[in-house]
Amino acid sequence: MNNRLYGNLIFELSHAGRRGYSLPRNSYQHTTAELPAVLLREKEAELPECDELTVVRHYTNLSHNNFGVNDGFYPLGSCTMKYNPVINEEIASIPAFAAAHPMQPVKYSQGLLRIYYELQQSLAELAGLSEFTLNPCAGAHGELTGLMVIRAYHESRGDTARTKVLIPDSAHGTNPASAAVCGLEVVEVKSLSDGTVDVDHLRELLAAIGPEVCAMMMTNPNTLGIFEPRVLDITAMVHEAGGLMYYDGANLNPLLGTCRPGDMGFDVMHINLHKTFSTPHGGGGPGSGPVGVRKGLEQFLPYPRVVEAPCNPSVGDGGSLTPNGESFIVDWGKAKGLGLLPLGGKATGKATGRRPQVGNGRVSGCSALWDALLAKNGRERAFAIGTFFGNFAVIIKAYAYILSLGRENIKHVGPLATLNATYIKHRLKDVYELPIGGLNKHEFVFDGLKDKSTGVTTMDVAKRLLDYGFHAPTIYFPLLFHESLMIEPTESESLETIDSFIAVMRQIAKEAKTDPETVKTAPHTTPIGRVDDVLAAKQAILTYRKCNNGSHA
Amino acid sequence: MSNYQSGLRYSESHEYVRVEGQFAYIGITDYAQHALGNIVYVDMPEVDDEVTAGEEFGAVESVKAASDLISPVSGTVVEINEALEDQPELLNQDAFENWIIKVQMSDPTELDELMDVEAYKAHCENA
Repeated sequence: MNNRLYGNLIFELSHAGRRGYSLPRNSYQHTTAELPAVLLREKEAELPECDELTVVRHYTNLSHNNFGVNDGFYPLGSCTMKYNPVINEEIASIPAFAAAHPMQPVKYSQGLLRIYYELQQSLAELAGLSEFTLNPCAGAHGELTGLMVIRAYHESRGDTARTKVLIPDSAHGTNPASAAVCGLEVVEVKSLSDGTVDVDHLRELLAAIGPEVCAMMMTNPNTLGIFEPRVLDITAMVHEAGGLMYYDGANLNPLLGTCRPGDMGFDVMHINLHKTFSTPHGGGGPGSGPVGVRKGLEQFLPYPRVVEAPCNPSVGDGGSLTPNGESFIVDWGKAKGLGLLPLGGKATGKATGRRPQVGNGRVSGCSALWDALLAKNGRERAFAIGTFFGNFAVIIKAYAYILSLGRENIKHVGPLATLNATYIKHRLKDVYELPIGGLNKHEFVFDGLKDKSTGVTTMDVAKRLLDYGFHAPTIYFPLLFHESLMIEPTESESLETIDSFIAVMRQIAKEAKTDPETVKTAPHTTPIGRVDDVLAAKQAILTYRKCNNGSHA
Repeated sequence: MSNYQSGLRYSESHEYVRVEGQFAYIGITDYAQHALGNIVYVDMPEVDDEVTAGEEFGAVESVKAASDLISPVSGTVVEINEALEDQPELLNQDAFENWIIKVQMSDPTELDELMDVEAYKAHCENA
């Protein structure tokens, strides 16, 4: 906090009875007596009471402590902290988009649905897959959705013994977590000393448990930034055993427009729009994790889906068969299986298998059309994985990014991201330990400082970087090394920024020898110094409570 | 760096077994606590739970990572080290003194599959 007067916590600024606004008098007849007793508060909520100016100053001061891509270099490995172009925000804030409602009639939503549909198509083309759903709200949500699709596929074939997911030991932690949430068992595949998948170990595993393998999840390039050279062998082996291949799109950036997961043999994947497609990471949300599938798996994707309206082929483009001649319609699915369709307000139909209708305006064309869709898709299982269409504003920003770059420029993203990472690696590898040589893509991993005799750890280096105005890289991941320092500069950065980062990293390596105490006790210039992360993990205080004597805790 | 204690049996996943008659005291090695860093939580089974050699029986969580605990032997948990519930840092202070679970072994021949201190030391140094 730059200005202590405005408090670390909004509660510290509270004065009983102080108000910014007065609420209008409650003119409704409903009372809390209608609620079940178990839902009623027993005592007043402890809300802070402040005037508006104090609130504005508190949060404005607080925001000065933030560090984002707009503040400085943010080489957080695996997170692809690329620049979020202003044009994305401009377009997403156009009222026609920002004020759209998911239940507004389809005939008034044609522009929105076109954007949605075209992004689905663009992602499918970039990924080399058949169809995408944009419903998942983040990467891990996408992983879970993708695994649900894979389970649904196996179950539709009566193949219910497939409950194991193969995951390399270098994988993102979300992979085993998603598999566990999906009720699947994780089996670890070992890495070779060069950091790539041990194909012999994979072969042994498939020989032992092949008929139980639901899927293998892979990141390519992997978390060390290394492209898996035997990916074609791996996908062929898993397919041979009857499993499907899942591509974790967290590291898609270096391949964008140059190489496609679908062509490598992957069946299902997610894409992090907030990584590869330049939408904000936004302090943990909202993100977006679209899931794509190869041909033959489309019917297992969740609902709702935006699809082209059936048309009379003899008339061509103008021959839409919908009542209002719409080009795009929403397929709400049968709303059975997992999840619920969002049916708030005056919607009827509930989650009983009937499609929702709102007032007089039909959500999705006429009944005959609906039946035609059902007949056409012939799906065995339909499910929703969230509310409505996912994070629509994020979807608009990602599409703006794709259109800004265009087909001819999008292929430069990966090589430039790879060039930046490779340049940093070569300029620092004499002072930082490079455990694995060879080519890397968009990111790479050091195993701490080369000279370990000073006792300066990766944690210390990361903290010291804050003093120099850089965000720290990802640290202590992947777990293959003890002092991992994972650097991903992205393609957004200029040579001057990257050179100044390199100079600072070299300076810290020098300080580790000449003045190790300064590095070990860093950061020194931030509003809060070195935090006690052991205490924070053991005694996390996440909610505010006022002590009995009126002081704060 | 890391300490190694003779007289114990070791697994590849860095658990040790101290054998006393039919009982096995199972913990993590000094190498493991060193690699994990400051340990903030130990997830332990309950007394009377069955554990199986090669399978997970709990987890340790540090400021750096969460890591599964793999049982080196099969049997029944007869005691857990309750001190670790409030003081997980005991594992950092002395990993060999602070065992995690005590197991009544169902198949002591499984001990033959484990490494002695020399083999374990070589395993760590080659890691």
